[in-house]
Amino acid sequence: MNNEKNTAKKTERRQESGKVSQADTLREVMHHLGRYRIFLVFSILLAAVSVALTLYIPKLTGNAVDYIISEGNVDFPDVFRVMLQIGICTGITALAQWLMNVCNNKMTYQVVRDIRNEAFRKIEILPLRYIDGHPYGDVVSRVIADVDQFADGLLMGFTQLFTGVATIIGTFGFMLSVNVTITFVVVLITPVSFLVANFIAKRTFDMFRLQSETRGEQTGLIDEMIGNQKVVQAFGRGKDVTEKFDEINERLRDASLRATFFSSITNPATRFVNSLVYTGVGITGAFAVVGGMLTVGQLSSFLSYANQYTKPFNEISGVVTEFQNAVACARRIFDLIGEEPQTPEPEDAVDLEKIRGNVKAEDVSFSYDPEQKLIEHFNLTVKPGQRIAIVGPTGCGKTTLINLLMRFYDVDKGTIRVEDVDVREMTRRSLRAGYGMVLQDTWLKTGTIRENITMGRTDATEEEVIAAAKASHIHSFIMRLPEGYDTWITEDGGGISQGQKQLLCIARVMLCRPPMLILDEATSSIDTRTEIRIQKAFAKLMEGRTTFIVAHRLSTIREADLILVMRDGKIIEQGNHGELLEQNGFYRHLYESQFSQ
Amino acid sequence: MKSLLVHLKNYKKESVFAPLFKMLEALFELFVPLVMAAVIDVGIAQSDRPYIIRMCFVLVALGMIGLVCSITAQYFAAKAAAGFGTGVRHALFEHIQKLTFSEMDEIGSSTLITRMTSDINQVQSGVNLVLRLFLRSPFIVFGAMIMAFTVDTKAALIFVVTIPILSVIVFGIMLITMPLYKKVQSDLDRVLLMTRENLTGVRVIRAFNKENDERERFEEGNQALTDAQKFVGRISGLMNPLTYAVVNGAIIVLIYAGAIRVNVGDLTQGEVVALLNYMSQILVELVKLANLIITVTKAIACGNRIGAVLRITPDMESGSLKWEDAERMSGKGKNVPAVEFDHVTLRYKGAGADSLSDISFRAERGQTIGVIGGTGAGKSSLVNLIPRFYDAAAGGVKIFGRDIREYDMDALRARIGMVMQKSVLFKGTIAENIRWGKEDATDAEIKEALEISQAKEFVDAKEGGMDFMVEQGGRNLSGGQKQRLTIARALVRKPEILIMDDSASALDFATDAELRKAIRGMKENPTVFIVSQRASSVQYADQIIVLDDGEMAGIGTHEELLGHCPAYQEIYYSQFPKEAAANE
Repeated sequence: MNNEKNTAKKTERRQESGKVSQADTLREVMHHLGRYRIFLVFSILLAAVSVALTLYIPKLTGNAVDYIISEGNVDFPDVFRVMLQIGICTGITALAQWLMNVCNNKMTYQVVRDIRNEAFRKIEILPLRYIDGHPYGDVVSRVIADVDQFADGLLMGFTQLFTGVATIIGTFGFMLSVNVTITFVVVLITPVSFLVANFIAKRTFDMFRLQSETRGEQTGLIDEMIGNQKVVQAFGRGKDVTEKFDEINERLRDASLRATFFSSITNPATRFVNSLVYTGVGITGAFAVVGGMLTVGQLSSFLSYANQYTKPFNEISGVVTEFQNAVACARRIFDLIGEEPQTPEPEDAVDLEKIRGNVKAEDVSFSYDPEQKLIEHFNLTVKPGQRIAIVGPTGCGKTTLINLLMRFYDVDKGTIRVEDVDVREMTRRSLRAGYGMVLQDTWLKTGTIRENITMGRTDATEEEVIAAAKASHIHSFIMRLPEGYDTWITEDGGGISQGQKQLLCIARVMLCRPPMLILDEATSSIDTRTEIRIQKAFAKLMEGRTTFIVAHRLSTIREADLILVMRDGKIIEQGNHGELLEQNGFYRHLYESQFSQ
Repeated sequence: MKSLLVHLKNYKKESVFAPLFKMLEALFELFVPLVMAAVIDVGIAQSDRPYIIRMCFVLVALGMIGLVCSITAQYFAAKAAAGFGTGVRHALFEHIQKLTFSEMDEIGSSTLITRMTSDINQVQSGVNLVLRLFLRSPFIVFGAMIMAFTVDTKAALIFVVTIPILSVIVFGIMLITMPLYKKVQSDLDRVLLMTRENLTGVRVIRAFNKENDERERFEEGNQALTDAQKFVGRISGLMNPLTYAVVNGAIIVLIYAGAIRVNVGDLTQGEVVALLNYMSQILVELVKLANLIITVTKAIACGNRIGAVLRITPDMESGSLKWEDAERMSGKGKNVPAVEFDHVTLRYKGAGADSLSDISFRAERGQTIGVIGGTGAGKSSLVNLIPRFYDAAAGGVKIFGRDIREYDMDALRARIGMVMQKSVLFKGTIAENIRWGKEDATDAEIKEALEISQAKEFVDAKEGGMDFMVEQGGRNLSGGQKQRLTIARALVRKPEILIMDDSASALDFATDAELRKAIRGMKENPTVFIVSQRASSVQYADQIIVLDDGEMAGIGTHEELLGHCPAYQEIYYSQFPKEAAANE
């Protein structure tokens, strides 16, 4: 409980400091870059070298032109010297460029790898409360898309920014070294291109927003309708849905045309400004040559500088937006990484080796939302081998109890003890190893069937695996699959029915033989004939094991040592079958309704 | 991809003008070095200031014409691309509406969604770029070469050698890296999958204490991704330095050739500057071209995927018989069965075995038919044949005496209320969702449907009642609530045939019983099919069909089946142990 307060405080603090956080984010970025500092330094050095040489080559070319004046007036030794210089510079530049690419790649991808690893490590220790409370897609997109965006925008942006600035300064310096007046012409005209690009970007921002909003709206509709195409067809709604789609589609056409067109003006417009710069240099340069203040070769280098000088301005304005986007992405990742983990285990946490199956709940209170009280002052004593049935209508909160027993959530008040040890004072590993859990909401991981069965005991022998599968009546099904136990299962267990998935989950627990069981009895998905056999196998498994079972079947309920009747998240009645019938309460109503028409 | 280009049909003018104007712009750009050469050779050599000023006006004029051409080209390209995207989107969406269930099973809806969204966007921006740049870049590259020829034939030969070398570098690197990029993508997919899995399966992973193993697995996959990225990065990082080196090498040779030819008087200084400028222009265009080709290959791959979906022709044809005509012809006779199966066999596309074989039964008007059996026994397959979601491979299905294939498909489905296994609701109010069943349903009709489906109580308790907003996928409702609303949606159209495909599984026994009671009490007296795993849900049906592995293991009333059908006995006694049945 204390922890939650802390978390709440932390998030508050974080929100308060929303404005400062851009600097914080950058600090965190630098922290992650720390290990690769050497690459960053190299990258900057190499960039400086390649920029300087790239700029030096037009000057050399200009020199060469000056040695080639007219018929019979060519200074061959000097031309050869310049050619050699250009060759050397080109070689060094190309090498520097490539090495810089390699450095940047290494730095970027390794930082990305580190951040992803860190994020994943955090996911493994996040409290269930966080995972249940955030859409999976959101967390996944932080780990995948945001990290990519961050890498592209921030690191690439960084180098682009650096080379851009270096190019501007370098060009400026070279131009000054050649001729001051013409440099001023260039410096005066170039900001115009910058202004034009900015002007257009501002105007088009709204159009882009409209386009992506409309696109989002359309994707929402597509997702909903195509995702449930069978329902759409069963109700013959294809035409209405298409009409709705077309309406959005038409709006998208307009939005898309405007956004695409207006944004694509940027390039021609800045190109035009560049041609003005070019002309300006041409006219002042030519006059200077006529006036004897400049050589033709120098004019030629000036012309190519004029082209180079304007380009980084446009790039830098792009970098700034990308940079902001990247910082926003970085923030989202660091928020995830900085999330409060589950309560750490105390130093002297007990590693319970021998769990016999004593479970005790003492005055337990719990709720997901402090506003809405759920379980209050709940007491329960379970002895080894006892069977506890949890019954109640759909959505009554039966999973809450599982959450508390497995310590997916911590109780607000009171204690839950296993073998008289508070679950908060033992290692999670030993507590959870004590339970075998089969949920109705089956989950299999991508991998082979064997990997899935041996999840709880990777060292199991082939015989043990087959024995567990046989006991769960899934062996013959597996053998009929093309690759038997090596058959690959995909994300949602594609190709395998819900019932068979549940059987695999049962085999998984069969193999571990834990001292305590948490079972979620199937309502509908397992075929009833197999179920008889499963129940027999379960009965064998349950022998001498403490079992908590979310029960739907009367036989299970009647054989339980204790029945917990739940409604609206609360435990409203407890006792055995006979006692509860005598109470004449909600349980009796439930029981009787099963036999009524 | 080709099949998609028909959607540019309405934009013929735009598709021709966009590249045309772009080429005009490029053409004017190619004149610039020539003008500059004239400035050097005439203006400067003869100190002719007015000539220099005139030439500069020519430069500005060239720039302006270029700007106008370019903006015109951008407009036409944007218009054609936006129109193209809209057309393809509409065509694909409409096409998907026509796909049959078996086709949908084959393709999968997530694939279709990707085709509809990101694939089309890719193609649209590909079309836009192609119209704008695909002609421009090669035009400038080859244009620069041709202009070089007009300056000096011998020096231009350097261009003839350089351009193929550059092409080999650019295309070679692209050919090598493309499959590598594919590998990076699949590695990234694996990392994504693992992240997702650890969220969806968090309970199981923690219950089995697999956190450390998962972390190792993730770090391994992540390292593989990083290695692949670094490898491909190192190769594609060669492109710029190499092209840069080649172009500068060509410049060195140009200087050398220029020096010799100027020395003998075949070339002027200004012309050398012009040649050098043309070489630089090629370098700039090459970088653009390489980016463009990557975008275009991506767009073509996306276009092919879209084309593949569009090529699928629906494998079922609708009949033309309207419901009213069918009713008239059969004379509303009481003795015509509502649904009749005659030795029906069903095999799904690509399946190795029949899902249903040799099924025969008659469901009389107003009867309740229970369908029971294990997982994979074919219960859903059986009821899916009634609204003709699939066609039988052999045998015949008759609805009110007429072959199901004679019916107009929409008319047939309009008379059937289908509640599917997976309860799907759409974003919108509860009332809007119910109106899916009947567009013009009155509030009273909706209320009635809600009452029968046992949903009234919880709907009334919701804020706004029937106007309560259901979130996408019905996230803000519990499983049982969703099921009851999907039942109400089927009921509101007062169907002749009501099919409930295991659609009460999330309801507790009491509610389930109430629901069945209410449906039997409906004055329209529909023919009802109830599919269930629970014996208690079908126990009181007029006929119970027992399915076992696609075959009919028995048909009859509860008492009859309990007497002589072993499959049914097994199901029943597994749910109601013998003594419980005896107590009854």
